[in-house]
Amino acid sequence: MVTVDSPTRAVVTSRPSRPSRRTPPDDIPLSGRERKAVRTARLLLWPALAVLLLVTQVPFVVTLVLSFQEWNLLKPGERGFVGFDNYVAVLAQGEFVSSLFSTVLIVGASAALSLLLGLGLALLLDRKFRLQGLARTLLITPFLMMPAASALIWKWSMLDANNGMVNWFLSLLGAGPVSWNTDLPVLTVIIIVTWQYTPFMMLILLAGLQSQSPEVLEAASVDGAGPVRTFISMTLPHLRQYVELAVLLGVILMLQVFDPIAIVTRGTGGTKTLPYLLYERAFIGLDIGEAAAYGVLSVIVTIVVATIALRLLFKIFKAEGVVR
Amino acid sequence: MKTEGQHMQRNSTGSVTRSAGIGIAIVLSATALTSCAGAGGGGSAGGDRTTLTIATVNTPQMSDMQELAPKFEEAHPDIKLNFIQMSESDLRDAVTADIATQGGKYDVLTIGSYEVPIWGANGWLTDLSGPASESAGYDVDDIMAPIRESVTVDDKMYAAPFYGESSFLMYNKEILDAAGFTVPEHPTWDEVAEMARAVDDDDHVGICLRGKPGWGEGIVPLTTMAQTFGGGWYDMDWKAGLNAAPFVEATQFYTDLIKDAGEDDPVSFGFTECLNLFTQGKAAFWYDATSAAGPVESPEQSQIAGKVGFAHAPVRDTAESGWLWSWNLAIPASSKKQDAAWTFMEWATGKEYITLVGEEFGWSRVPPGTRESTYEIPEYREEASSFADLTHDIILAVNPKQPGVNPQPWVGVQYVTIPEFQDLGNQVSQQLAEVYAGRKTVEEALDAAQQLAEKAAPTDK
Repeated sequence: MVTVDSPTRAVVTSRPSRPSRRTPPDDIPLSGRERKAVRTARLLLWPALAVLLLVTQVPFVVTLVLSFQEWNLLKPGERGFVGFDNYVAVLAQGEFVSSLFSTVLIVGASAALSLLLGLGLALLLDRKFRLQGLARTLLITPFLMMPAASALIWKWSMLDANNGMVNWFLSLLGAGPVSWNTDLPVLTVIIIVTWQYTPFMMLILLAGLQSQSPEVLEAASVDGAGPVRTFISMTLPHLRQYVELAVLLGVILMLQVFDPIAIVTRGTGGTKTLPYLLYERAFIGLDIGEAAAYGVLSVIVTIVVATIALRLLFKIFKAEGVVR
Repeated sequence: MKTEGQHMQRNSTGSVTRSAGIGIAIVLSATALTSCAGAGGGGSAGGDRTTLTIATVNTPQMSDMQELAPKFEEAHPDIKLNFIQMSESDLRDAVTADIATQGGKYDVLTIGSYEVPIWGANGWLTDLSGPASESAGYDVDDIMAPIRESVTVDDKMYAAPFYGESSFLMYNKEILDAAGFTVPEHPTWDEVAEMARAVDDDDHVGICLRGKPGWGEGIVPLTTMAQTFGGGWYDMDWKAGLNAAPFVEATQFYTDLIKDAGEDDPVSFGFTECLNLFTQGKAAFWYDATSAAGPVESPEQSQIAGKVGFAHAPVRDTAESGWLWSWNLAIPASSKKQDAAWTFMEWATGKEYITLVGEEFGWSRVPPGTRESTYEIPEYREEASSFADLTHDIILAVNPKQPGVNPQPWVGVQYVTIPEFQDLGNQVSQQLAEVYAGRKTVEEALDAAQQLAEKAAPTDK
């Protein structure tokens, strides 16, 4: 029964009895047909969800099982369940902690640097000038290159101690030749990764800059705010969500970076990140059990870090629409 | 007045379900059709031609073989060759993982004299003694004795050597003549170090020595140096000797020589990088593999062709100190293409192939160090006159059972023929890279290496 309170509102005063199962959202009551439609919709999602679960979780479960086994490919006869021995070996004698530190250092520095450079480039691109399209295409190109190709170019053409362009340029300025790989391996990897990911950051931040409403900016300049003040008080807060998105996606991609380390430094000098360490244990050490233990530990660390970051720091997933 | 929920009733009652059902049917039939098409296509691709997938290493000799593949395919139209070239480390990783898991990805493997005895003993490789002795004109005994020994276990030959090498000292005659030095035929390390330090200047370094991490890269020349200084990885009781006095002395000598007269950025320098540096005339000495002689003396590949001198590997306490290495072709025991694989290998490691390379590309590009007959070909002796006899003598002089001063319980010069050595050598070479970069002292690195070696020592041998 419906009573009309005002011309624009209908208040439902009596509700049909419902089963005790609560279906969200609770404040919109659904009739029998609508509930059936919702159930059908959910049922249709199940195949996709099942495939997703299978493809992502089954390998993880297999890795988990392997991590409790002793399996070295070079000793195929000795396989067996060994409980937590692999984990003890990894944490006590392995290079897990130093590798974690290297990963944090390289990924953190690359993300920060590429973010700053990307912001600078995005600001430069956020205006109309002749050949803007060409400039944008050229600036995006590093991100489109295959990581192995870019690592090789940096190793042989740019950072080579004898023939590299960087050392040639430094010699013009009077600085001596720098042995990039031997003396500064971490910086070498950071340079290569930053070069490849700056366009990625630039694109996201450019989208953020171009989504600023021009009326608001005009209002700011009418009120007497100069370009710097506008940037600090209006643009940066607006970009916060975009920065968060760029950092989140960028870090996810950078964590998997493998080519510069495999091609240039081969894991020496503090550049043995988690992916490279895992690769070494699995393919050079040929110890599947130990590598699986490393893998599981990496997942645990990632979940912890991601949870902290997403729940406490990032607002991007909390509010809908742009946060003012 | 309609509430929100009633909007869903705009269509007739079961239409959501019905359109969903139609959608599922379309998707399922599309999937079924695609899989049928896939199966049909797969069936017809078999045919008569066998495709051999060959895993090879990215050396100049292997690149030449790839270029000559069409000649083989012409003579054997039922076999198609598919080469997959990788760097040494990548090749090892890929092939080891494949054969240990019996993946079956490769039909012919390029493996070194390190892997052959271990994998042969594991039963992972096909015994080739039968096919080799039955093939007319293959002439197994033509293969040089130390090379043949290194791929034979219990009289079974598990691989066909494609090329063999030892190591020697190469030097730029122009630079050394200008400085007034004569390099003796059997130099000592002290002599070489003195000369290298004297000629080192801004235009060229004194000596190029490998420093790249990897068990087949930087520690190879260092191990031979340690052995001629009286040290070794293990003694007869499998006690590790990495932080014993001779090994420490050799490592300190090597590190100091690189620092004083060696290349900048030693951690980047492996065989290829030193080859580049030396052939550009930017290094006076280069201690490395005998197989570098071909590229170094070839006018298309080297700026100093014709100006290179060769000497035996420098020694201290032994008569010789060259290493021994061969790249070999082998067939996985589980392969289903044994006959086709052997047909290819017979061609690639036979006498006619050597002549083919010589005629097509020039005699200095012939794969050296496997067959005695190569060193008797007049054209080869002429073009490779500066290094052919030397290489031949050096390889025959290697004693892989006791290359150093002290006896050792394995057969192998610059590696320890245990499966753990890949991992051990790799980790030790990474420690040494820290030394070349100045981040660790020799003692610190070798103490860490000693611990690793003790852990890897076989306990049941």
